[in-house]
Amino acid sequence: MMSFNVLIVVALAYVTLLFLVAFWADRRAREGDANWLSSPWIYTLSLSIYCTGWTFYGAVGYAARSGLEFVTIYLGPTLVMVGWWWVLRRLVRIGRAQRITSIADLISSRFGKSTQLGMIVTVISVIAATPYIALQLQSVTLSFAVFAELEGASWGDADFNVTAMWTAVGLAIFTVIFGTRNLDANERHHGVVMAVAIEAVVKLLALVAVGVFVVWGIAGGPDQMLDRIDSSEIVLWNQDSGRWISLIFLSAAAFLCLPRMFQVLVVENADERHLHVASWAFPLYLFIMSLFVVPIAVIGLDLLPTGSNPDLFVLTLPLNEGQGGLAVLSFLGGFSSATSMVIVATIALATMVSNHIVVPIWLRRHTSQQAVMSGDVRRVILLSRRLTVAGILALGFLYYRMSGGGTALAAIGLISFTGSVQILPALIGGIFWRGATAIGAGAGLVTGLTVWMWTLFLPSFGTDAFIGQEIMDHGVYGLTWLRPQALFGITSLDPLVHGILWSMLLNAGMFIICSLITFPTPLERLQGAQFVNVFDHSNATSAWTAAGTGAEDLLIMSQRILGGIEAQALFEQETLRQGKIGYLPEVTPEFIERLERELAGSVGAATAHAMIGQLIGGSNVSVEDLIAVADEAAQILEYSNRLEEKSEEQERTARALRSANDKLTALSIQKDAFLSQISHELRTPMTSIRSFSDILREGAMEDDEQQRYAAIINAEAVRLTRLLDDLLDLSVLENGQVVLHEQTGNLSDLLDRSVAAAGLHDGVLSVVRTPSAENLVLTADLDRLAQVFINVISNARKYCDADNPELTIRLHRIAKDYVIDFTDNGSGIAVENQELIFEKFSRVSDESKAGGAGLGLAICREIMQRLGGDISYVTDNTGTAFRVTLPFTAVVATLEET
Amino acid sequence: MSRQKTPVFLQRASYRQRRLRDAAKLMPVLGGILLALPMAWSHDPSGEPSNSDRVVYIFGVWILLIVLTAIFANRMRADPVDAAEDAPPQ
Repeated sequence: MMSFNVLIVVALAYVTLLFLVAFWADRRAREGDANWLSSPWIYTLSLSIYCTGWTFYGAVGYAARSGLEFVTIYLGPTLVMVGWWWVLRRLVRIGRAQRITSIADLISSRFGKSTQLGMIVTVISVIAATPYIALQLQSVTLSFAVFAELEGASWGDADFNVTAMWTAVGLAIFTVIFGTRNLDANERHHGVVMAVAIEAVVKLLALVAVGVFVVWGIAGGPDQMLDRIDSSEIVLWNQDSGRWISLIFLSAAAFLCLPRMFQVLVVENADERHLHVASWAFPLYLFIMSLFVVPIAVIGLDLLPTGSNPDLFVLTLPLNEGQGGLAVLSFLGGFSSATSMVIVATIALATMVSNHIVVPIWLRRHTSQQAVMSGDVRRVILLSRRLTVAGILALGFLYYRMSGGGTALAAIGLISFTGSVQILPALIGGIFWRGATAIGAGAGLVTGLTVWMWTLFLPSFGTDAFIGQEIMDHGVYGLTWLRPQALFGITSLDPLVHGILWSMLLNAGMFIICSLITFPTPLERLQGAQFVNVFDHSNATSAWTAAGTGAEDLLIMSQRILGGIEAQALFEQETLRQGKIGYLPEVTPEFIERLERELAGSVGAATAHAMIGQLIGGSNVSVEDLIAVADEAAQILEYSNRLEEKSEEQERTARALRSANDKLTALSIQKDAFLSQISHELRTPMTSIRSFSDILREGAMEDDEQQRYAAIINAEAVRLTRLLDDLLDLSVLENGQVVLHEQTGNLSDLLDRSVAAAGLHDGVLSVVRTPSAENLVLTADLDRLAQVFINVISNARKYCDADNPELTIRLHRIAKDYVIDFTDNGSGIAVENQELIFEKFSRVSDESKAGGAGLGLAICREIMQRLGGDISYVTDNTGTAFRVTLPFTAVVATLEET
Repeated sequence: MSRQKTPVFLQRASYRQRRLRDAAKLMPVLGGILLALPMAWSHDPSGEPSNSDRVVYIFGVWILLIVLTAIFANRMRADPVDAAEDAPPQ
């Protein structure tokens, strides 16, 4: 027989395996190798978090008690999936077009990026999810207890509580590590999805294994099994038809509205085409999951002693037949179902709480604060998500303790579903009906929440917990039509059907009526048109008009949310798209629109809108836009669309040309200046050489005087040679005649050499480095590379204008490439000069300070391009920063890995 | 708005695609009707249909929906231009 300790070891080993898989998948995704991670099969398997621990164990118990009714829980999602063309396809397209992060974000974004609606949806979701998480803790705890009792131990309350607590703690750790590690622009969690997919396979295998054992091992084949179903005392069909239809509707709606389902269905969806496969593969998964439920229930009722808990038949039946191994597999299945649901649910809820409650409040408090730091919003979001994960699990645990973990808890699964489903009218109305307004949605949601609380949630705690028997029988203040389970005097309905019916009717009614009589704000109408007509024009109508702000401010704000490197990459990409070179794009309305969506992918639509609004100064919807929306003259827009496309293309070319022209003009001026400069540079040493050699030729002078003049002549000649060498070097590099000498060496040594050679011994400039982080073995022309480093370092020595000049050299990775940033604390280079510094003959500062002829950076750039890398100027908040991108092929290995 | 873009009559292949899409859209309707029929069953456990027939009926309808959806989805995917009508104008 299985000992309890072996079971603990197996469970821990399984959890370790999941950690490793999640870690590995995250790593593969980070290295840009996420293609196979986002296959339609992984997507389908991740949907299986719909089958929780409650359904894994509870379905059999449900079947033993109420017959075929259990199957409604799976039939609803099946209908939604096979009808994917109607709703799911639209939701996924909207989710991608609008960078939706959660169901709260969808509702808030649709109704004019409203903060309040986001909060309401978040609150509903948290309240509805808490009992469900408690249920999962209960199912894990009960299954542990089954094994403990095998050894004769009888578990008391304390044992149950300790087990539930440790389960909750473990889940919190896993979720914080893999679910809140990053803040990507699209909110995907590869590690978690991979672990969930594995758990999906385990739970399917476990249930099928028990089912196969029951049908072929005990009953003796399908035919005998059907006979046994016929002769069993089980009652398969006794519910009233209202319950059958209501439950199918309820589970279908919950499948769309549960935050965790929305997360895997819409947010984690990497490709719309995955729906093609999932549309039949996921119903098939559900089909297999429920195929053996009735056989297990029938055989369990036959073989196990009367009074045994049918909720645990999946475990106790194999144990009763002496199949210890099968029981452990089944335990792992139940464990997987419970844990995967809790992990995804807490991630989804944490995203909602941080984006729709914490950040709006934090922003409101910090509006006046001008000292912005890169990544500060990001830190607040991540911290609040971690705390929320822990908080939600703690709530689930508390609920479990308060409810006593008995059968009372099991009944609340469907009640919790009904709570989540209150979002349905706003969701469906929002994506199909342009007339839906924020006030309507808010009224519907609040009404639905209230009715649900009154008719189902509060009574579920038991009589006299919140609502006394007196009120249940006679209503509040004697108003009998307000009785929680007989609203408006209708007493003949099943309490659950009653609750579903009234909450949905009143919710949808309020939503429609208030939408009809209110008038939406301009932003709501814009968003409404975009959501409802998502297939017609995925191109947005611009909501931002005149942009009275600088690209630099926008960059600083983006850095607060996304972090420095990501924000810079985003801006650089946009600059490229506009056909320019550099880091700061032109601030066009389209760019602001795109940026807002990008930010919305991290912090939600409402917050992103508010933050950009702060910068732009609220100049969003113009009169023209209003006319475009209000007037159905949008037909005319369609005609002009094509013209617009063409003119957009021309505009892009024109912008590129203008930029090129500006550069040429500037260069021409520089070149003229350079010509006079170089003749000056050449003439000055020449003049002194000539005059001093004249003096020498006349003779008759002291020895030391003679020495001095000779030294001057020599120094001037050296200067001339250096100038000519530079010119020669550049022309060799440019003509591609250069021969590279490949060597292998350590980057740290190379930097040591470069710092030493840059002439820093005068102590003017101090260098900050972390040698331990520079362990990188390179194969390239190291002398040439050193030449670049020396040039950049000595530039910093010459030009850094801070009181205590300081140069920071830091190595880090951007995607696949290693880059070295040389950042000093001076005042940086003015924007208008940033494009010119790499051109030959260009000099930014006044000549007196510079020793060379403005060729150094041009040479550096040529060298880096010959080596296959790059050097560029980085727009940064602090001083001048040059970024040297090491050639990809040059990096042999990092030392930690060898 | 897409009125100007799409022609009134389609070629044979695109016509097939349209009808496939119609069929796919009808799946939940078909499922809804077939799954509503059990509401007419008698509540008497020993009455018609027998317990095992009830199980077989429900699971039969279920697998029928899955197979039909799989066929439609695969046919749709086989044709690369199926999304062209809905693709954003880019």
